[in-house]
Amino acid sequence: MVDKNSEVTVKAGSAVSRPDRIQNPGFEPEHKRVTDVSAERQRGAERGISILFMLSGILSASGFALNFIFPIVPGDLTSTRLNNMFVGLAIAAGLLCLGVGAVHWAKALMHGHELVEERHPTRGDDSTRARAVEIFQEANKESGWTRRRLLRNSLIGALVAMPIPAVALFRDLAPAGTPEEVLGHTIWKKGVRLTRDPNGVPIKASEVTIGSAFHVIPENLLDVEEGFLNEKAKAAVLLMRLPLERLNEAEDRKTWSYDGIVAYSKICTHVGCPVALYEQQTHHLLCPCHQSQFDVANHCAVIFGPAARPLPQLPITVDAEGYLVAQSDFLEPVGPSYWERAR
Amino acid sequence: MSRSLNRQGRRHPLSSIVLIVVGLFVSGGAYAAFTGTASATDAPVVSATQIADGKALFAANCASCHGLSAEGTEAGPSLIGVGALSVEFQVGSGRMPMSGSGPQAEKKPVQFTQPEIDAMAAWVATLAPGPGIPDAADLTGGDAANGAELFRINCAMCHNVAGAGGALTEGKWAPSLKNIDPVHVYAAMVTGPQNMPVFSDMNITAEEKNDIIAYLQFLDENPSVGGFDLGSLGPVSEGLFVWIFALGGLVAITIWLTAKSN
Repeated sequence: MVDKNSEVTVKAGSAVSRPDRIQNPGFEPEHKRVTDVSAERQRGAERGISILFMLSGILSASGFALNFIFPIVPGDLTSTRLNNMFVGLAIAAGLLCLGVGAVHWAKALMHGHELVEERHPTRGDDSTRARAVEIFQEANKESGWTRRRLLRNSLIGALVAMPIPAVALFRDLAPAGTPEEVLGHTIWKKGVRLTRDPNGVPIKASEVTIGSAFHVIPENLLDVEEGFLNEKAKAAVLLMRLPLERLNEAEDRKTWSYDGIVAYSKICTHVGCPVALYEQQTHHLLCPCHQSQFDVANHCAVIFGPAARPLPQLPITVDAEGYLVAQSDFLEPVGPSYWERAR
Repeated sequence: MSRSLNRQGRRHPLSSIVLIVVGLFVSGGAYAAFTGTASATDAPVVSATQIADGKALFAANCASCHGLSAEGTEAGPSLIGVGALSVEFQVGSGRMPMSGSGPQAEKKPVQFTQPEIDAMAAWVATLAPGPGIPDAADLTGGDAANGAELFRINCAMCHNVAGAGGALTEGKWAPSLKNIDPVHVYAAMVTGPQNMPVFSDMNITAEEKNDIIAYLQFLDENPSVGGFDLGSLGPVSEGLFVWIFALGGLVAITIWLTAKSN
């Protein structure tokens, strides 16, 4: 069927009729506030607001005075706590009273008639629009933007070139070198003793009893003068001793442990949190950040969570004096994954 | 007339109460003095009867899991060589006897009196050499600042930097260290109860252990400077508080701001 009055072709049966379309209910009748109706309520509101303002003034003044009533006594943390609490409460309550009073004044006492303001039409009127075009044309004529092509194009060229130095500037925000270079090597090397964090006292194999966990830094860390924290963050190691029968070692890594003593990087392979929540009986290591779990008995294989790789193992042995030493650096980059790494 | 009678012949109506209070103080004080001296002298001196008592207590209360000679069964580990300190920690903190098998032995009200615990500890100590119970007086005078550093390196990852405790895997947890007897703090480090690693005196020296104990006592005695610590659980409890109360308060204020005055 074709509607004669329009060009749109409407198929039979597709029209939607809306007999019960919702009517615009319009505005509710204006509701007068109690303060508009009753002079007594108006006085009451005025009194209430002025009390709030006076209270605010008293509280602000007491925020000053409380510093002397609850002074901070050096060395006494309780006094600091009391001072912070009371002064803070007084200042906050003073500000709150001020704000509540001001809002209540506006809502209850200031002019309260309802009115409707139509929005301005977005489109400017024709004369304004014509004038705007005229301004652009005048500017073009005066500056010669379309006429002086060399000038215009060289300006555009200069503007394009301007941000180029930023590329090098922002590149410097990244660590120097690829992640492979940065994470691939730590200060561990052959013969470096395993020492206690933080005092650097070397650890004898005989001191590591079964079930023990030692937090370890390399002996040469305390000599590092530049980038101490970065080196420590990469070289931190957790040393544990398991009963020999519980240790399930791969053939090619049997020589990496010493009498059930194993050393693993403490830096999670997920995003680099320190993994040190060691459970002595289950031999599980838990990362507190994202709950990755590593099985120390099985070369720190990931048994739960988002980490993709086992923790890197530090090959260790003992030196002639019985102290634990590293056989070499870690044989793989420590810490989280990065783009260049397969997983 | 009645006044003079009161003074001379009859007791004041409250006098019987005073008498009872005085009597209670005297008998309680005597009892405290007696038990105090008893435990003080019992601890170092181990008598044959004490060991026999310990063995009997062990057979009645512990042997079903640990075996009659503490050799261990499928239900419980061997206690040969765990030392008196382990017994003091496990039984003295109420973890043993366990109320049921589960991921972790829970702390509950202590089931034995101190002399009974001492007797069992004395018997277990005769089985094989093991760590003994230190004198509480030796666990004082540590350096809290050094203890705090050692705590952050060795303990905080599980027990939380404020000693509030935290979750481990598969239903296990590191307990809160608030208001723990220094002997038990020391015992936990030395014996490595349950899944806690061992921190022997060769790893953290006895002096350093005192420092750690001093740090924990500092935490117990000094409140959080910043006001309510909300359990010292960090962003979890603080975030919950802010989302519920601060954001809830903002929503309430917004509703009030835009509501019409009645």
